[in-house]
Amino acid sequence: MKPPPFDHHAPETLEEALDVLARTGEDAKVLAGGQSLIPLLNMRLAAPAHLVDINRVTALDTLEATAEGVRVGALARHARVERSEEAAGVLPLLRAALRQVAHPVVRNRGTVVGSLAHADPAAELPAVLALCEGTVEAASAGGRRTIPAAEFFAGPLESSLRPGELATSAFFPAPPARSGTAFAEVARRHGDYAMAGAAALVTLDEDQRVSSAKVAYLSVAATPLVLDLTEPLGPRPPVTCDWAAAAAYARDRLDTDEDIHASADYRRHLAGVLTERTLRAAAQEAL
Amino acid sequence: MTREISLNVNGVPRTASAEPRRLLSDFLRHDLGLTGTHVGCEHGVCGCCTVLFDGEPVRSCLMFAVTAAGHEVTTVEGLGADGGMSPVQRAFSECHGLQCGFCTPGFLCTVTALLRDNPRPSEDEVLEGISGNLCRCTGYQNIVKAVHRAADLIAEERTDR
Repeated sequence: MKPPPFDHHAPETLEEALDVLARTGEDAKVLAGGQSLIPLLNMRLAAPAHLVDINRVTALDTLEATAEGVRVGALARHARVERSEEAAGVLPLLRAALRQVAHPVVRNRGTVVGSLAHADPAAELPAVLALCEGTVEAASAGGRRTIPAAEFFAGPLESSLRPGELATSAFFPAPPARSGTAFAEVARRHGDYAMAGAAALVTLDEDQRVSSAKVAYLSVAATPLVLDLTEPLGPRPPVTCDWAAAAAYARDRLDTDEDIHASADYRRHLAGVLTERTLRAAAQEAL
Repeated sequence: MTREISLNVNGVPRTASAEPRRLLSDFLRHDLGLTGTHVGCEHGVCGCCTVLFDGEPVRSCLMFAVTAAGHEVTTVEGLGADGGMSPVQRAFSECHGLQCGFCTPGFLCTVTALLRDNPRPSEDEVLEGISGNLCRCTGYQNIVKAVHRAADLIAEERTDR
């Protein structure tokens, strides 16, 4: 339970960080909060030759909430984003999801962008980014690019970041007008990874009828999965919506896997229940 | 390859040499001799190794000492004042909030920060606050009682002043 040896790099500026990442390439891992990476190192499931510790790159410790959305820098801890009234005002879903991330003490150290880059299909924030159609900003010695959420999550624990690239920030767009959001998950113990989880975004038209309904799932597929559930719901006012039918529609489109905690059928059942629960709550918030 | 790592522990500047892979928990115990910080699971689940890092509770097994260099760390040894126990420590003692005591340093650090940020937490806030610390002896009832009792003691101390 001790990490394997590595060369430790502690850049103080973004340029220094990108320079060392360019030199070390595939042999390097970026260390931010370390709440996922260090357990992997302690258990010797990962053994990178170089660790690029960005904790001294204070320019990445940013959080900006505007009418357009919330931009979170690579060094902003979960706890800071969770406590931000400005961020919660623009996108309440972000705080709702963050409160389900592990435990408060872990959130003091873990980072939002680190959680995205770790790309765990059971994690909350990738589902939120996917639902909001957000983006990740990546920088390397060769330049910068903006990666849409739909392309960022490549597989379980696999992002589309290339060797030499650093995820410098993530942008969570604000939902459209007349929208509501909700988040719910079922875990065996509070703070554990969820057996299934869902984040919903419901938007109403000017006549208060459902014009768009989407749910993003965690722990049901290899990457965050977003389903468009507008067809079984719209365009009706929320009071006449058949939420159970929307849940059934979603269940039919989920191809769940089993693990030691939940069978594939049970996981699909949970996803259906959470679909209904989050859609109702999101519609209520939109009204 | 070892390097010199300097940080402020319990108000005292400390320096020791260690490899970059040295976990903060092991640095505190082995290199600085502060064995009050306990090491349970070493992958961030049990919370026994919780210390205050720049005032915020963190898992010292999920941080490298080299990352902590230049920062302030408070361990269970630094919670008391004037050679006596802190209100949180007294409350755990009074309420029998421990049996074997292995998890206790982590609880004490977590609860110290919890009550600093929220001096009168509700039952739910206490449960959420200590949810990341595991205790295999007590069943948590007396730990929860101790947190409320500590809130009382801290409030009394404030009034006395």
